[in-house]
Amino acid sequence: MTLHMPPILAYALRRFAQAIPVIILIMIGTFLLLKLAPGDTIDALVGDMGGADAAFIDRLRAEYGLDQPVWVQLWRYMVKLASFDFGWSFVYEQPVSTVLMERLGTTLLLMATSLSIAFTAGIALGAIAARRAYSLTDNLISVLGLVFYATPSFFLSLMLMLVFSVKLGWLPVGGIKTIAAFYTGWDHVWDVVRHLIMPTAALSLIYLAFYLRLMRASVMEVADLDYVRTARAKGAGEGRLMIHHIMRNALLPVVTLLGLQFSTVLGGSIVVETIFSLPGLGQLAYKSVVQRDLNTLMGIIFLCAIIVVVVNFLTDLLYARLDSRIELK
Amino acid sequence: MTDTSAPILDLRQLQICLPKGADRPFALEGLDLTINPGEIVCLVGESGSGKSLCAGAIMGLLPEPHVRVTGGEIRFMGQELRGKTEAEMRKLRGADIAMIFQEPMTALNPQKTVGWQIDEVLRLHTPMNRVQRKDRAIELLERVHIPEPLSAYNAYPHQISGGQRQRVMIAMALALSPKLIIADEPTTALDVTTQLQILKLIRELQKDEGAGVLFITHDFGVVAEIADKVAVLCRGELVESGTTDEVLNHPRHAYTQALIAAVPSLTPPPVKAASDAPVVLKGTGLRKTFAARGGLLSGRRKAVTAVKDLSFELRQGETLGVVGESGSGKTTVSRIVTRLLECDQGSVELDGKDLLAATPRELRALRKHIQIVFQDPMASLNPRKRVVDLIAQGPIVHGTDPAKAREDAKRLLELVELSPAAANRFPHEFSGGQRQRIGIARALALEPKVIVADEPVSALDVSVQAQVLKLLADLRDRLNLSLLFVTHDLRVAAQLCDRIIVMQKGEIVESGLTAEVFSNPQHPYTQNLLSSIPGRDWTPPSLRTDAA
Repeated sequence: MTLHMPPILAYALRRFAQAIPVIILIMIGTFLLLKLAPGDTIDALVGDMGGADAAFIDRLRAEYGLDQPVWVQLWRYMVKLASFDFGWSFVYEQPVSTVLMERLGTTLLLMATSLSIAFTAGIALGAIAARRAYSLTDNLISVLGLVFYATPSFFLSLMLMLVFSVKLGWLPVGGIKTIAAFYTGWDHVWDVVRHLIMPTAALSLIYLAFYLRLMRASVMEVADLDYVRTARAKGAGEGRLMIHHIMRNALLPVVTLLGLQFSTVLGGSIVVETIFSLPGLGQLAYKSVVQRDLNTLMGIIFLCAIIVVVVNFLTDLLYARLDSRIELK
Repeated sequence: MTDTSAPILDLRQLQICLPKGADRPFALEGLDLTINPGEIVCLVGESGSGKSLCAGAIMGLLPEPHVRVTGGEIRFMGQELRGKTEAEMRKLRGADIAMIFQEPMTALNPQKTVGWQIDEVLRLHTPMNRVQRKDRAIELLERVHIPEPLSAYNAYPHQISGGQRQRVMIAMALALSPKLIIADEPTTALDVTTQLQILKLIRELQKDEGAGVLFITHDFGVVAEIADKVAVLCRGELVESGTTDEVLNHPRHAYTQALIAAVPSLTPPPVKAASDAPVVLKGTGLRKTFAARGGLLSGRRKAVTAVKDLSFELRQGETLGVVGESGSGKTTVSRIVTRLLECDQGSVELDGKDLLAATPRELRALRKHIQIVFQDPMASLNPRKRVVDLIAQGPIVHGTDPAKAREDAKRLLELVELSPAAANRFPHEFSGGQRQRIGIARALALEPKVIVADEPVSALDVSVQAQVLKLLADLRDRLNLSLLFVTHDLRVAAQLCDRIIVMQKGEIVESGLTAEVFSNPQHPYTQNLLSSIPGRDWTPPSLRTDAA
């Protein structure tokens, strides 16, 4: 730490520099791929209108710049992207950035909450299961984890809805807020929370099983290692062994999984978002593909790429924090 | 409660049972052992003899309920340890009975600093405050002669060397001046010079403290170096015990005699008449640098020169030993001459053809003539293939008819003294020694001129080691093979090699006839190595028994 610039900052800067070409490549690649798909925005628009004459279609194409060669279109798009201009969504008749920002919050909230709950509960339950391996507790935890993992997400969502909304009437069926209520302040927050409880529960229960099983296996492996035996020979009790010697070492593979799953958050869960009619990015991506809304789609991909890069960076930081053997270089 | 005149540890008729399906019902049966204050008692035995479980039983750390003490007494300072609750045992562990483990690499928690781990012992057993504990920890690090104790205190285990890590383990064990120290193969994983330092350290500290030491080892050299008394275990039974002199120089039991006869003596083989046999393998000016990693946008790592300007000659029918400590580059040499690793500079001539300049096609043909036997017989055989396929694979790749290759494989098994019935079994069904025989048969299958053996006996028990060495020497003479024998064990090198080269930090510091180098080493590094061999003053008595 003698350097004036802290090493972590130098590391962050270098990672940032490395990320730029990656993102540019991703954008060019997807742009070209999307162009390969038959049909464009105009086809979708005209289809919606129930048909139009050829001259009108040609005029629309020229207006949207779609009559140009692909290379020109790509160049124009990349130049605009360089100034963070995502273009105009012809489907939503709004700038893409506005469309994205409206949806981003919902998806991030849903996924971050689900993953955090799944991660925390998963490592806790996994650790408990491992310490009582092959006992009744372990079997119960493992079987429950497996059941939720094996249940299709749409089924789990529908069952939750059936029980808590239809039968018990405790929670709203779908949406992100009560539309006509115009809540403000804490009332609004509480309203959103009530709407998110079921989707979050459905997603976390599915993710939970991954963390649970991985943590269980990892704890059992670490518990047999030599340094745990050393700690026992020092006279350390079970609680101490678990907290200081086992957990931290066992967490490493689980953190890897967290990083991997977090990278996919923006794709969200199309199924869960659709069932609970949440206005999220997953839903948006799906619709954009169907409607050939290229600009929106590229915007989503750009966001995804950024998130992957950021999450990778954070995972590496977390890794270095958890494992003293890893140095940031 | 505690009786000061009583021995520190008194085991009477100790019996430990093994789970059903194990190779024998009891891991230990009727073990009697006494350790008096200030005494170092060595418990010697081969792998599977139950010596480590004995330590576990004393510490109350057996993997119960599968393995547990079923009979006998464990008396520590006059009090019976069996039947103590977990909480009572926890108070004893670390404070009155301390333990040093074999693997300094894995016995320390990689995520905690050295200081924290020593601190933990003090925190668990004493009411000292943070400042007192830190002072004590640093004092302990000083006592085990760690350079710069303060920086070691803040270091993570991976930042210090293997020898230093073992010192940290010892500091931890000594933190509270225990009455009994159990050392389970504490020096097995260390280089010979480091080993000597650690043995000296244990001796020195034990004298200061007057503690009793139970020293578990398989190495008779180490026994000769450190023990006051010796107990020999064979498959869970105590076959012999007595003072070091009695057991080492006048062993009575046949098993002890066999074990001691298997210890390679430091007397090199008779000098063969200056050979004019053709040179089959010749290395010239070999150099290998592990390049600096990283580039424009990532961090840099320093380049490491593993081998620099190495030249050697190996004649037909001759054995050339490559000895050195870990990091000396000896394994890199074995990889370069077989071209498993690309070399930066120099040439390797195999039978007059340059192996390093060969095209891939030529290389494949040349590979036939140079084969390698690896160190770890567990990891070097594909666990999913039958033995016959493992051996026949080489010849089949080189175009032999598969049916004939399999027939040949069965004959090779006989050659390495395995039953032909072994052919259809899988590697995991064999013991370590047998697996190494399979490895040798695999290497011989292509009828090579040169065999490169990379630490082929390091993972084996001493009696098995003797058998495998004998087999190698035998095959070399019968088939007129040339051996390039890489080892860290000078006793093994003395027994097998006609000539040796001694390596340090990638360079040859000395080379010559084994007998000459051993009797009159020129380079200080060689002298240091030779004087560090444990038990170098003890020559195993020549016993006319058939070594196992």
